[in-house]
Amino acid sequence: MEFRLPELGENIESGDVVKILVSVGDTVTKDQPVMEIETEKANIEVPSPVSGTIKEILVKEGEKVNIGQLLLTIDEGTKEKEVEEVEAIEKEEKKKKKEEKKETKAEIKEEEEVKKEKEEEKVKVKAKEEKEKLIDKAAPKEQQGEIVEFSRSAKTTTESKPSRGFAPAAPSVRRLAREIGIDISEVPGSGPGGRISEEDVKNYARRLLTETSSIRSTGQLEISPLPDFTRWGEVDRSPMTNVRRKTAEHLSSAWTAPHVTQHDKADITDLEKLRKQVGKKAEASGGKLTVTAIILKVVASSLKLFPQFNASVDMAKNDIIYKKYCHIGVAVDTDRGLLVPVIRDVNKKNIFELSVELTQMSEKARNKKLTLEEMQGGTFTITNLGGIGGTYFTPILNSPEVAILGISRASIEPIFTNGQFQPRLMMPLSLSYDHRVIDGADAIRFLRWIVEALEQPFKLLLEG
Amino acid sequence: MYEKMKSTQLAVIGGGPGGYPAAFLAADLGLQVTLIDPEPNPGGVCLYRGCIPSKALLHVAKVIAEAHHAANWGIEFPDPTIDLDRLREWKDTVVKKLTGGLGQLSKQRKVSYVQGRASLINPQTLKIQNQKAEEFLRFDHAILATGSRPATIPNLSFESPHILDSTSALDLPDIPKTMLVIGGGYIGLELGTVYAALGTKLTTVEMTSSLMLGVDSDLVSILSKRLEKVFDSVMLNTKVVGMKEEKKGIRVTFEGGSIKEQVFEKVLVSVGRKPNSNNIGLENTKVEIDSHGFIKVDAQRRTAEQMIFAIGDVAGEPMLAHKATHEGRVAAEVVAGHNVTFEPRAIPAVVFTDPEIAWCGLTETQASQEKRPVKIARFPWGASGRATTLDRTDGVTKLIIDPDTERILGVGIVGTGAGELISEGVLAIEMGAFASDLKLCIHPHPTLSETIMESAEAFFGQSTHIYRPKKG
Repeated sequence: MEFRLPELGENIESGDVVKILVSVGDTVTKDQPVMEIETEKANIEVPSPVSGTIKEILVKEGEKVNIGQLLLTIDEGTKEKEVEEVEAIEKEEKKKKKEEKKETKAEIKEEEEVKKEKEEEKVKVKAKEEKEKLIDKAAPKEQQGEIVEFSRSAKTTTESKPSRGFAPAAPSVRRLAREIGIDISEVPGSGPGGRISEEDVKNYARRLLTETSSIRSTGQLEISPLPDFTRWGEVDRSPMTNVRRKTAEHLSSAWTAPHVTQHDKADITDLEKLRKQVGKKAEASGGKLTVTAIILKVVASSLKLFPQFNASVDMAKNDIIYKKYCHIGVAVDTDRGLLVPVIRDVNKKNIFELSVELTQMSEKARNKKLTLEEMQGGTFTITNLGGIGGTYFTPILNSPEVAILGISRASIEPIFTNGQFQPRLMMPLSLSYDHRVIDGADAIRFLRWIVEALEQPFKLLLEG
Repeated sequence: MYEKMKSTQLAVIGGGPGGYPAAFLAADLGLQVTLIDPEPNPGGVCLYRGCIPSKALLHVAKVIAEAHHAANWGIEFPDPTIDLDRLREWKDTVVKKLTGGLGQLSKQRKVSYVQGRASLINPQTLKIQNQKAEEFLRFDHAILATGSRPATIPNLSFESPHILDSTSALDLPDIPKTMLVIGGGYIGLELGTVYAALGTKLTTVEMTSSLMLGVDSDLVSILSKRLEKVFDSVMLNTKVVGMKEEKKGIRVTFEGGSIKEQVFEKVLVSVGRKPNSNNIGLENTKVEIDSHGFIKVDAQRRTAEQMIFAIGDVAGEPMLAHKATHEGRVAAEVVAGHNVTFEPRAIPAVVFTDPEIAWCGLTETQASQEKRPVKIARFPWGASGRATTLDRTDGVTKLIIDPDTERILGVGIVGTGAGELISEGVLAIEMGAFASDLKLCIHPHPTLSETIMESAEAFFGQSTHIYRPKKG
């Protein structure tokens, strides 16, 4: 059988082959890992879907592979049962496809039947859908400047994706599409049976250009051309790593939410004493009792009291989505970049348990062992830069979450209490929130609650 | 040595039907091109030792067969006298005329033609060796078009004047009384047809259960029927296990067939072809080859080395001249800065036997292997007026059609002149034609091309010349 790179997770289109774990002639069992793929943020071991012998390996280590790309072929030998299984799946897929086709056919008929007005409306809806599609597509092209320019270099290798069925277009039309950088399979054909004419390709390209420029005018995705830096000195250009690229993309999109950052300080003098006293106990159970672990617990309690901080915004439907679960992401600095493992059900765990889990997750992150799942599904994020230094900073939302808590380094400060200055250990806290759903007053209430819980841990028992 | 070294924008290694069109187009696109080949003129195996000389001889075979066939119509010719020297001379004239023409065309295009053998000494430099000297050539881009050579049977083949391969068989050393053709592929059947027409008692032996393995069996069976009459014997499911040189020829021992042992004056080994990927210095580059020896390339025919491309037989199946030509032109355009890829939907294949077999696009065999549902529309040539006037109703035209969209996915034809008919199928597939498009195009009467239109009509149960109403 031909083994193609399966879907690895949401929004993941490709990855790099880090390691090929088998060689031609090897016998593999079903679910045995055959390849290690580095995707945006995680290293994933891809298991073999069947048992058999590796016949051919069609990718190399270090190569970029797309979802659906042929990775290797496996000779299944006489394991008929599994073959049957695969066949059954294939059949079902075909059936589905057929049904889809029927649906589209039915749609076309319907369209013919309905009156002109309705037709126009439909066209509008369709255009809107396509527009949305186009925006996605247009983004990477934009960086190349004019679409037409983009085809002029021999270096732009076009990896041919395994095409699902042929786009019905003459060779000359297919070539035109490729030359101007358009995927022919995306072009809607106006001829009988969806036949794509030269005119169709040109119209599609024209629309793509206008869409691109309208995105430009909204300023959301604007990328102004860079100056030639070599005019001022030597430079070194290296491609972004997957993690870096994804971080950049993700944070750029997060920026579209209107952010406000609220700062505060917590007196953790007593908490520190306590932490040192019981720290040994936590270590005995396999975790390090860090301030982050304690804050995890505090934040979980605070989210219970302020559910709008444990939410997401759906602007398309004008809804606020409140999450009934509490999964908190903790930013970890690794040599590959910033990773955010998510600790599940923080509200249901005690601080010791959280310490252990946090230690494990951080290690996993540093050893590239995190799975994609372990980085998904967060409802709130904590980022602690205290280990490095600094006073305050303005964290950027980890969208679609609506709030993030930044922690900086605690320091001894003179605090005036009971008529005199006392040396107290003060920890700066920075809460960034999405002003679309959270008002400033709520934000400071939320942050104050956290500060007080850190100063008076008893509060956790009373209110948390 | 590097100071005096010449340089070129594009070096094309190999002047066959992949290399020379690549060089010519690149020159037309404004590049400075060097074409390197061991022969005095471009042409390669195709013109010197393949397609062209074999077709010249097959034409002769056809004339002999038709003269014989004419007895059916009351025209009787005496057995032909064959002047082998003149026949060879004529064949050589054909080759010379065409290769000489290519030499002219190179000059007109200012392609620098270098006679010699080239090998890569690093990813930017070639060493070119000929009888006179050794020179070095630096290139910006290179296209490897080194082709293929006849494969041999491991542990069995040896040097002998009695053992031929496709190259020596085309030299027509003599007309042997008996000949064994090992391999039931197209090269063996084509050359076997030539020798059989010239009077050789021909035996063909094939290891598997069918001639032309992989080609749709309904097409092959019509050819097989005819070959069984023309050839002395066709042995299937039979393996050659031993060959021994004797005075009068080669003693061949078989396994699995009706005959255990027989002496043949000549043995033609035609068991496939192997890519010429060795001895061209690939080890001095990052260029990779697969387990069959084919150079690995991407959709633009680029190898693992950015500036080096590979096309034609050396870059993978199908090993066909016209595939090489198209690849060569694609590679040349890429080098010239165009964003194009090799993306044919139908590569035609023709077996120039009598009758010919030709197909393109999806075959029935492939469809059933892929478990892809298709509908087949067949038109037997018995119902063709033209085929009847030729007294050659041993033919079938069939269309392989997508049941959902009714688009043409493949075309298969067996019959005289099938090779000339198949291009319409290629056009239909490339243009995304429906069965109804072929049905609605007027085809000239009386020609064999009508069989394509009528098979499309048959798909709708409406063929004029066959009554087969559509079921359900």
